[in-house]
Amino acid sequence: MQEHDLTFVRAEMAVAEAPPRSGQGFIGWIRKNLFASIGDTILTLLGVALVALIVPPLADWLFLHAQWTGTDRTFCATKAQGGIHPDGWSGACWAFVGQKFQQFLYGRYPVGERWRVDLVGALFIVLLASLLIPRVPRKGLNALLFFVVYPVISFFLLLGGRFGLTHVETPLWGGLMVTLILSFVGIVASFPMGILLALGRRSRLPIVKGVCVAFIEIVRGVPLVTVLFMASVMLPLFLPPGTTFDKLLRALVGVSIFAGAYMAEVIRGGLQAIPRGQYDGADSLGLSYWQKMGLIVLPQAVKLIIPGIVNEFIGLFKDTTLVYIIGMFDLLGIVTQNFSDSNWASPQTPLSGLVFAGFVYWCFCFAMSRYSQFIERRLDRDRKR
Amino acid sequence: MASQQKGRASVFYDPKIRGIFFQAVLFFALAAFVWWIADNTIANLRRAHIASGFGFLNGRAGFDVSDALIPYSSDSTMARALLVGLLNTLLVAVTGIVTATIVGFLVGIGRLARNWLVRQICTIYIEIFRNIPPLLVIFFWYLGVLSVLPSPRNSIRLPFDMYLNSRGFYMPAPIWGEGAWLAGAGLLAGVLLAFIVARWARQRQMATGRRFPVLWASIALIVGLPLAAFALTGFPLSFDVPKASIFNLTGGIQVKPEFLSLYLALSFYTAAFIAEIVRAGILGVDKGQTEAAYSLGLTPGPTLRLVIVPQALRIIVPPLTSQYLNLTKNTSLAVAIGYADLVAIGGTILNQTGQAVEIVAIWMVVYLGISLAVSVLMNWFNARTALKDK
Repeated sequence: MQEHDLTFVRAEMAVAEAPPRSGQGFIGWIRKNLFASIGDTILTLLGVALVALIVPPLADWLFLHAQWTGTDRTFCATKAQGGIHPDGWSGACWAFVGQKFQQFLYGRYPVGERWRVDLVGALFIVLLASLLIPRVPRKGLNALLFFVVYPVISFFLLLGGRFGLTHVETPLWGGLMVTLILSFVGIVASFPMGILLALGRRSRLPIVKGVCVAFIEIVRGVPLVTVLFMASVMLPLFLPPGTTFDKLLRALVGVSIFAGAYMAEVIRGGLQAIPRGQYDGADSLGLSYWQKMGLIVLPQAVKLIIPGIVNEFIGLFKDTTLVYIIGMFDLLGIVTQNFSDSNWASPQTPLSGLVFAGFVYWCFCFAMSRYSQFIERRLDRDRKR
Repeated sequence: MASQQKGRASVFYDPKIRGIFFQAVLFFALAAFVWWIADNTIANLRRAHIASGFGFLNGRAGFDVSDALIPYSSDSTMARALLVGLLNTLLVAVTGIVTATIVGFLVGIGRLARNWLVRQICTIYIEIFRNIPPLLVIFFWYLGVLSVLPSPRNSIRLPFDMYLNSRGFYMPAPIWGEGAWLAGAGLLAGVLLAFIVARWARQRQMATGRRFPVLWASIALIVGLPLAAFALTGFPLSFDVPKASIFNLTGGIQVKPEFLSLYLALSFYTAAFIAEIVRAGILGVDKGQTEAAYSLGLTPGPTLRLVIVPQALRIIVPPLTSQYLNLTKNTSLAVAIGYADLVAIGGTILNQTGQAVEIVAIWMVVYLGISLAVSVLMNWFNARTALKDK
């Protein structure tokens, strides 16, 4: 018989060994994320080459070689082009943007009256901020102020002609101001229109449904440019002879029709997402059609589709640039128009102006898309609870 | 008894009758509205002395179009001018869709790559292009980049006798010699044979389980047959190379800056959206599918090809369709830089003749037709890839 009396029982745990150096910390991260395999290494090298190719010249152009101050084109041209820079110079002409900045914001709005635009803008920011921040109470009142009272106030403030304000014609409006007006009116007008169209499309009445489907599909099937052309060329034809029609108003009608059709589809998505039980429940309570929709279905649907509405708004904001084609000067239009200013014509001017305009559009759209993601996460959290 | 009679819902509250009533009201209101518009329009047109109808299409156009794909001069009819515009619209749409799809899929997959740098580059690309209006991107290429390129005399020379200058992009034009059609026929035969081989291979795999390298066989057929035909006929191809004369480059194919800006801007803009769709589609496939495929012994390549992509396509195709339609509709931005697409030419005719109603009607019919055609095609593709419930 064998005896096993030499037993070993470990009384205490061995100290854990540190993981291998190469898999840890900065080096480990690099190995894992940049050089995990041969293919990865090649990709990383290509990526580094791409960054090296693009970033330094871009930084040079944007900042290091840029011309920040100046009063005319000589500041942004090389000697051969009649300017002050050595030949071969290439840099952004921020002097151009700086000089034209007011114009980019207000268009040709009279300088003495620009406080009115500022006031409208300030109101916009205050009302919008309190509407967007979930913690601020009284959303209903706020929405009423923002979507009903505020447009009326803004209309009188911007256009004037009453209450002792001088009249400012709409052809003088321009720049970022017009871009924001077009987007705001588009979204405010499209919302009720979208609700009606979406309800109509889901209606059981064949004629109502047919009319709504035809309207939505036709408008969504054609480009915005043709809708704008239609609004600008055909609206005057449709109205009784002799009716004159403001150009800005025509653009607003075109943009609103277009946005309404797209909004209808977003709202339809929301309506379809509401469970059937909610409709049945409302019916069994004896609510009428409009009570059912207004009190039960739409409040839930709208909450669901806030991200979709924001996305629609981003699209609309970008699409307002198209009014340039029917001869209006929104932000992009006025920037482009200024390229032909002989006082500033230089090879660097167009690129600088466009980069500036692109940056402004980008800031607005990026902020909106981040907000939509934030709301989406919040809604997800609410639903999981 | 009488009280019970009263208790019944009166005709006034009958939903059916109410429905008919409201629809009748809507119908007559709409009809009156349309009649009012038509009446006004006729009165306005009469005052402006514009004859309605499509007769003007047979008139002489009287304007030149710089980039026509079919023979066209200012003596051609207006209908032909519109056809030139339609072809240009389709050209931009098709080339744009192909490029946007390729770039979009690459960037979308890049956003999911293990490689941190690649992921960041793709994210930055998407975030920049998604949030800038397409018209601005078009102007960026047209006014910012292409128009400040050197003059033709100092063209930038690229490899393979290609040149780039402020008048566009020049490349050698192929001149097909005698017998070159055989190469084309070879290509056609190659594609056909590849189809047949693929079918046969599938049937054999179903029957015996043995696999056949379909991909390599197809590539060999599609590339090899035309090449063989080409070699047999003695390479009947020469190139018309662009040559620098004093003020301009002559010969070769010239791609105008208008087309180039529109094509580049729309492709890169739409690609950013397609990338997001592709990413969402791939993320939408449950991780369990990958794990199940691995546990069945599939290697990463076939897992991607046979398990993930077919399922991801189901999620990708519907939004992809609407992006294709968006790109097609966005080609109408051509009018801003003077590329002769359907809207630009229509606008010119509209200004010349004042036939607003007819031109807008033509636009709508054409764009709705294109939308419908693309939808039908993509719905067919969607039905093929859709989940088949057993």
